Parts: sequence; structure tokens; C-alpha cells
Amino acid sequence: MGEAPLLDIRGLSITTAAGAPVLRDVHLHLRRGEVLGLVGESGSGKTTLGLAALGHVRAGLARAAGRVWFDGEELFGIPPAQLAGVRAARMAYVAQSAQTAFNPAHRLTNQIIEAAVFHGLMDEKTARARALADQARLGLPEPEKLGRRYPHQVSGGQLQRVMTAMAMQTRPGLIVFDEPTTALDVTTQARVLLAMKRLLAQSGAAALFITHDLAVVAQMAQRICILHKGRIVEENATEAILAHPAHPVTRNLWAVRQAQRTARAGGKTLLEARNLTAGYGRGKDILHDVCLRIASGRTVAVVGESGSGKTTLGRVICGLLEPRSGTMRLDGAPLPGLLRQRGKSLRRRIRFVHQSAETALNPAHRARDILARPLRLFEALRGAALAARIEGLMRMVELDPALLPRRTGQLSGGQRQRLALARALAGGPDLVICDEVTSSLDKVIQREILGLLARLQEETGVSYLFITHDMDTVRAIADEVIVMAGGRIVEQGLRDAVLDTPQSEHTKRLLACAPRPQPGWLETAASTAREQER
Amino acid sequence: MTSRGLHFSPRRERVTAGRILAAAIVWLYVLTALLGPWIAPYGEAQISAEPFAPWSAAHWLGTDQLGRDFLSRLVFGMRNSLFLALAITIASFALGGSLGLLAAAGPRLADQILSRLVDVFMALPALIFALMLLAIFGTGAAQLIVVIAALDATRVFRLTRALAMREAALEYVEAARLRGESLVWIMGREILPNITGPLLAEAGMRFAFVFLTIATLSFLGLGLQPPAADLGSMVRETATLITYGDFTPLIPALVIAILAGAVNFLIDGYQAQPVPGGDDG
Amino acid sequence: MHPVLKIIVQRLALGGFSLLAVSAVIFFSVSLLPGDYARNILGQSATPEAVANLRHDLALDRPAPERYGRWLLAAARGDFGTSFSGRDGGHGRAVSALVLPRFFNTLVLAALAALVAIPAALLLGIAAAIARGRAADRLINAVALTFVAMPEFLIAYVLIYWLAVRAGLFPPLASIHEDMSWGQRLHRLALPVLTLSFVVLAHILRMTRASLSELLGRPWMETALLKGLPRRRRIVHHALPNAWGPIINIVAFNIAWLITGVVVTEVVFVYPGIGQLMVDAVRSRDIPVVQACALIFAAVYIGLNLAADIIAIVTNPRLLHPK
Repeated sequence: MGEAPLLDIRGLSITTAAGAPVLRDVHLHLRRGEVLGLVGESGSGKTTLGLAALGHVRAGLARAAGRVWFDGEELFGIPPAQLAGVRAARMAYVAQSAQTAFNPAHRLTNQIIEAAVFHGLMDEKTARARALADQARLGLPEPEKLGRRYPHQVSGGQLQRVMTAMAMQTRPGLIVFDEPTTALDVTTQARVLLAMKRLLAQSGAAALFITHDLAVVAQMAQRICILHKGRIVEENATEAILAHPAHPVTRNLWAVRQAQRTARAGGKTLLEARNLTAGYGRGKDILHDVCLRIASGRTVAVVGESGSGKTTLGRVICGLLEPRSGTMRLDGAPLPGLLRQRGKSLRRRIRFVHQSAETALNPAHRARDILARPLRLFEALRGAALAARIEGLMRMVELDPALLPRRTGQLSGGQRQRLALARALAGGPDLVICDEVTSSLDKVIQREILGLLARLQEETGVSYLFITHDMDTVRAIADEVIVMAGGRIVEQGLRDAVLDTPQSEHTKRLLACAPRPQPGWLETAASTAREQER
Repeated sequence: MTSRGLHFSPRRERVTAGRILAAAIVWLYVLTALLGPWIAPYGEAQISAEPFAPWSAAHWLGTDQLGRDFLSRLVFGMRNSLFLALAITIASFALGGSLGLLAAAGPRLADQILSRLVDVFMALPALIFALMLLAIFGTGAAQLIVVIAALDATRVFRLTRALAMREAALEYVEAARLRGESLVWIMGREILPNITGPLLAEAGMRFAFVFLTIATLSFLGLGLQPPAADLGSMVRETATLITYGDFTPLIPALVIAILAGAVNFLIDGYQAQPVPGGDDG
Repeated sequence: MHPVLKIIVQRLALGGFSLLAVSAVIFFSVSLLPGDYARNILGQSATPEAVANLRHDLALDRPAPERYGRWLLAAARGDFGTSFSGRDGGHGRAVSALVLPRFFNTLVLAALAALVAIPAALLLGIAAAIARGRAADRLINAVALTFVAMPEFLIAYVLIYWLAVRAGLFPPLASIHEDMSWGQRLHRLALPVLTLSFVVLAHILRMTRASLSELLGRPWMETALLKGLPRRRRIVHHALPNAWGPIINIVAFNIAWLITGVVVTEVVFVYPGIGQLMVDAVRSRDIPVVQACALIFAAVYIGLNLAADIIAIVTNPRLLHPK
């Protein structure tokens, strides 16, 4: 082993107050200057582990067993004052959402230097100078001006970098990064990641880099741990994990990337929209002059960053937002912009599936009510015929009819999204608008849902307008692709044409910035992202 | 393992000895109120001894300023106040609750009108408003019910609207709109079941509060018309005894406090916390 | 114009509008009464001439909006008309002469109570929030819950029973008059102030505790912890600067309890304040006095809420430093 590790977690078990395990017998060590990736799906306990590495257990959780040694000290065994000293001088934390992690009442630079000055590690002047220098090195414009601002005045991507500067302030031996770029757009993500990587390399700090995205962590870490249900199921050098993932959980992290389907061209026109312009309330236009065609039995994917107008487009087509100008036709007949002007049959033919089934299904209703309502409404089914159709729908989305009496809150995430799909299919629609329907699910379940969507399309001939920000998902589902930016369509066409030979700069940038595990991807992506911004 | 309980309660509280005691107290009050006429040793307005008689075997708590049995008045007063508070709470929830749902799920204009109206009514403390209306309409059970229920409905409206607004922003309501559901369906079948938990807790709070308001008004001499018994006026009418070191007049007040306390205690932790100005975070 | 200034001007206008709307409600509620107002006041036995006289005195023969305008303008000058009581003998007193001296007495009582209760409530509420879930917190909360459940007059009489009757420390009644020294006044005021303090204290305490515990659970409090800041620093430097807005709002919110408490406390202690005056006027249905009292309470209530609102705005960094 040689030199003693900087961080040494031994046999750590953490449970909820009720006794349910969150971490089970975790062993983990980190050498000085090493970056260790910690990868897991939601609920795997990775944040809890990251905080435990700093000697912190959140309220509602309790440490059942185990010790955490950091640089010769057992963090759970030293008095609070001593622990505070260790945290201030030698360790740091970068949270997922910098927007909520900064105190809204203080200026940014004051927050960056607070701990160092408070503990007398350096005088205020030195601290300020270092804070400004670090911010500049992280690529933040006008650090002096920025530092005088309050958190709410600064964008998310910048705040994430300011938080990194705060973590670097005392040149700590260990930094825990907790999903530091998850809330950012792919282009911003690439730039922030590269800034973090460079600063880490310069300072020689060790880091625990927590994420759910194997491709992201492959760019940052020398070694990777896979966490699943509170247990470390695989641990290896980054190249080894990428080349030969041993555990099924690890292989599942690539699940969506592995799901591919041949794109199909042609098909008769189902929906046609011309020159759609739309905006909310009295605000300015969000959509500009959008034209699109959706063929019957095909999937059109709409991709773009947040704020590109892709969600607004979906809302206009389903009738939630009336366009300010432009026309829509369904099967050649005019489609009114306002939901109220669409008759029952139009409402039946165009259905909408929301991103989060947790909030899209009424938690007070049972699965049976969820499916019965549209069937009663659209097909006027009653009694035995209704019961039979409900069971049929459940089988169609591969759900056990025994789940019918459950309330939606008692179903798992994947089951809920299947139920939401079944509800959308209940009236036999022609077009289903899917708004990021897989993005809040774990990768394995994403692949299952994508497969289900494809199968249902073959069986029923339904068309999908599939809104997403994830390029892997596009490859897995789309026949045609629409790329949006700033409320306009910047490129559209057959999937393989758009993805393999992109014409517009926006598409190229999106493709370049989508995380890839290949070495050197990050540097290329970041430079592409920077170029575009100028 | 389908649970049929209040699955929407924010957090399930433990069943503690304190809670069992509080529930027992509430039941005791309900029973006493229901069985009042059979439990009370004397009639509600029956003069059975000399005024201000001391505690005795015939009159356990003595008599009041007119020579009526204090214990019997206590039982009837409790019964009257309890039924009155119940009627007011039900009325205020029917009115404030349905308008609150309408404001949250209905057209923007309805919300604006209703909210501004409620703002005006809430720009005056409830007790002052009640006093003014009672000055105009006179006192009596019917006036009490109408005035307090109307004022209380403004508070219920605010809470219902806030709770329902939060639900109305969720996608399941949007999904219902996309299906073409009616406003009544969205209010009653989509939103209401999801806010029943906090509303029930609030109903408990409001009941305790109404009970206290009735006591306060009757203490001020603006409650039920004599000879009907009510707890607040019993305190006022016999208060002089206190200056002689006799705490009998405090018993009706204690009866009020114990019920209000038991209800509050049962509900503490369930209710949507009244945190004003919590919207800036 | 700085956006904060704009918001403040808006709030001031809103406050003015609220007061105007409330004054209209106060004035026009009288018209909700079925039948003739003058007849209602005088009773069924009154002679037609008496009714006609009263109608003329009250200008009931004029259109309602005109009467409202006159009433409002007069009220703005401090003239609230003539009290009904003693009107028969032709020597009805000006309402303002009844109301204004008592209003001053009430202000003294309420201000003293606020001075005692608010700091105590905030300190206890903060202490409870910091000790959340521990024995001290549970004790504080249980005591506060008990006081919330007690009718104001029970608190008053318990204090009278123990401190006045049993211990003889203070007088049981708080009758005061012009030529009393401030020392004597304060001695007499002790029990009413104590009563009122308990009423308000419990409410403010509970809300402060709830609001602060929510604040302590914010992610940036965890950041402060992980930065290695000790507990004291986290509370004083991180939680408190964000707590002023909510705390000020809580105090304003509880002015309603203070006003409610004032009415009952004054009646119990026979303290010559505006609350007792209003209750007496309600009992004798002396409408002009009731309206004057209601309007004064409304003005105080709206004014204090407005002040709190503005303080909360100017302490909010999001508004002070807009994007």
C-alpha cells in the first residue's frame, strides 16, 4: 500500500431513523491527489456517502457502524470544534445546486472567504486576492464585479464555478463534488467540468466526484466506484471499468446507449404545423415561425437546450398554449389552437405524457381510476367492457393488473410512467406528445420505457413527438429529428442524417458536448462550447 | 398492504400517551354535550337555591348570581358552545373551502375578485369586525353563526386557495384539463382529495378557535341571549367571586381551555404551518 | 426609480386603498340592516317625529355615497359625529371626545405589552428552533400551546387570582385617571400588560419557531456547516440575516392578537381604553362610536402591517439587489 490513504472509510453503515439501510458496510479509500468517481443511480446513497466523507450525517439519518479516517483523524470521533477546524482548512464540498447552496443574504466573495478568515487561516486581504485569482482561473468574467453580487444575481453555471472557487479557497486536501454539473446544460457542463479538472490538477487536491453519468466521471476520475442500493458493487480503474464492466449494474449504466433502432423514412402526414409563433401571457415570443410535419406511425424527436422552446412547442401542439399566429392541421383538417375549441374527438386523438409521472398521476387516485376515466370519457365504456379494456391496457404496457387497486403513490417510478403511458393510449390516440418522459428515470428503466414506446408504436401505429435533451435517447427512439435553439428550428431531417452529418453549428455543438467516455472528449467539447459562445 | 388512511398527511405522527389523552378528552366533551340534558342535575334556567350558594352536596359547584346550579349551567353552556362552534365551522368550511377551490382552479378573474374581497375583509382583525357586525345586527345564536362563519370563511378561503394553488400547478391537473374535464370535476375530484388532510387539520384548529371566539364574545356580553347558558358569560357574571378568593368562576374558562388545548394538541404537527412571508425563498 | 422604491410606493398605495375599502365596509354595513335605520335604533315604540328627527340628524334623507363622503372627510379631521347615548336629552357627546383620550390609554397598554412580549417571544422561539426536538424545545412548545388554547380572560383572571387576590402585589383593577403619576399608572397597568403579553407571546413564539426551523433546514445552512463554521456563527451570521423578513411578518401578523387581546383585557381590568369603549358601545348599539372605534383599529392594524411589509422589503436582498 505504501503511504497511508488521505481518506479511509471502513465498514460504514448509515440507516434512516426508522432503521432502513442507506449505506451498507461501505469500504472506500482515497489517496492524496487522486480523483475517485462515485457513480450510482438515484437512491443509491451516493450523496449520503459523500457527506459522510466530510463527517456529516443529515438529520433523519443515523450512522449505525463504521469509521471515517481523514488524514489521521477519525471524523466521527473528534469534538465538533475540532471537526469544524478540519472542514474549514482541509476539506470542502461542492453541492449539486449552487443556487440553493449559497446564502441569499451575503455577497459571493464574502461567502468564499468566510471560513478561511473566520478560522484565522489567512488575513482578509490575502483571502480576497486568492478568491479573485481562483475565479479568474475558473473562467469567470470580471471576478471583482461578480464577487460583489448576491447569489440570485448570478447564473447557475457561474454559481457552480464560484462554489468551486469557494471549495478551493483554503487549498484543501479533499473536495467532494456532488453532481456538480447535473443541473446545467450540456454546453455549460463541458466548460465547467474542464475548469474544475484543470484547477484540481493544479492544486493537487484529492476529490470524490459523485455523479450518475459514467461518461462525465470518466473524464474526471482515475478510479471509479459503482454504488448500488447503498453498497459498492464494483471498483476499478477508469479504463478498466469502461472496457470491461463486470457488474450488471455497471453495464446497465450504458443501457440507453445500447438501445438503438433503425430509423424509418416516409409515412403519410398526420400533423402539419406552419409558421407557429407563440409566447406566454404578454411576454415576448418564445417560438418563432416554426414549421414541422409529423408522419403517421413515426417518431419525431425535438432536441435542444433548456430555453430552446422545445417544451413550448409541445404545449402549443397539444392545445395548452394558443399560438399567436400560424396554422396546424391534423389529417388535413384544421386543428384549433385553443383546447376549448377542440372537440372530444380531437382531444382523444392528441394526448400528452408529462416528464414526471409522480406529479402527472393524481396521488389520491387508484391505478384503476386513472385508466377508467379517459375510457369513460372518450369511449363511453361501462361495466364489464370497461374492466376488460382496463386490464388490456395494463397488459399492453406490461403492468400486472393486480396493481389496479393501488394508489399511484404506491407504485414505483417505472410503473408510474407505464401507467401514464397507458392512460395516454386509453382513447386510441393518433399522436402522443412525450415531454422528457424518460429523463427523471434510472438508465435501465429508461431503456425499458423506450423499448415499450417502440413496441406500442408498432402495435398501434401511433405517432410520437418526443421532446428530449439527451442525444442517446434520440438515437434510441427517433425516426426524424428537429433541433431547436432560441425558439427556432435550426435543423431538421432524418435522424441519421442530422446526427451523423450535422449541418448547423448548434447541432454540432450539442453533439460535441454530449458526454462521451473517450479520453480527450472533454477538452474538445469545452473548446467547441467556448467557440460557439463568441 | 393498501392503506386507506390519510395518505396525504405531511408526516405520520406517533401515537403517544399525550395524544390518547387528548382524544379521550375530546370524546368526553362530545359525550357530555350529547347527553347534557340527562347528565345535568338541574334545568338550564332553573333557579334552585339562593344566589352565590357555596359548593354543597346538592350543588356541587354552588349556584350563580341568580341561584341557578353552576354545574348544570356548565354542562348546558358547554353543549351550547360546542354545537354553535360545530355549526360555524361547518358553514365556514363549506363557504370558504368551495370559494378557495374556485379561486385556485377557476378563471383568473374569479380569483382576483375573491382574493381582493377577502383582503379587504381581513384588513380588520376578526374580533373587531365581529363586534361591529353584532352592534348592527344585535346578539343571538343566529347572528353569531352568520357573523363568525362569514369572518372565519375568509381564513378558510386563504388556506384552501393556497393549498389548492400548489396542487393546481401540478401536472395531474393539467392532464385533466387536456382530457377536457369540467371545472367541478377538477375542483372536487382531482384537487380536493389531495388537500383533505391539511384541511381537516385546519378544521380542528378553526373549531378550537371558533370555540374560543364564542367564549370571548359571550364573555363580553355579546353571546347567546339569556337565559341560555354559555361559558363566557358565566365567567363574567360570577367574576366578583374571584376577588373574594373563590376560583369557581374560572372553572368554565378552564373547561374552554382544556377542550381548545386538547384539539390543538391532537392537531399540532399535522397542520400546514402558519408561516407568513415564507414565499421569498 | 429604484425597484424597491417602486414596490414601497405600490405598497403604500395598496395600504391606502385597503383603508378606504375597510372604511366603506364599516360605513355601509349599517345598510345591511333590514328596515329603517332610525326606526331600528329608536325601537318600535318611537314616535314618527322622533324617527324623522333622527333621520334628519343622521342625514339619512341624503344619498348614501354623499353621506359616506361626508363621514369620511369628517373622520379624517378627527370628527366622528355624535354619540347616540344621551342624545334623547339633547346633550349627546362628540364621539371624538370619547374616543381620543381612550385611544391614547390603549396605545400605552398595547405598546408596553409589545415591549415585553415581542423580545421574549423571539428569544424563546429562536431558542426552541435551535433546540428543535430536544426537551427544552418540547417544553417551550407545550407551554406555548397551552397559552394559545386559553381564552384571554382566563389568563387575566388567573393572574388576578394569584397576583392580586392571593399575593396582593398588584391591584385587581386598572382604573386610571388623569392626575395619576406614571409610577402609579405602571403599577396599575402591571397585570393588564402581563395578560396581554402572554396572549401575544405564545402566538409569536410558535410562529418564530416554525419559521426558523424551516430556515435552518435550507441547503445553504448545510453549506455553512460543511465550511467548518461553528454553530453560533451559523445561527448569527447565516440564519438570522435571512430571518428578519419572516420574523417581522410574524410580528405584524400577530398584531391582530394584540388588538383582540386589548379588547378583552380592558374589559376584565376595567381599563379606560378604546376596546372597553367599543364593547360598551356595541352592547348599547351606539353605532357612531362603534364605527369610530372600528375605523381606528383598522387604521392602526393596516398601518402596522404596512410598516412591517416595508421593513421586510428593505431587508430582502433579492429586492434590494435586483438582477
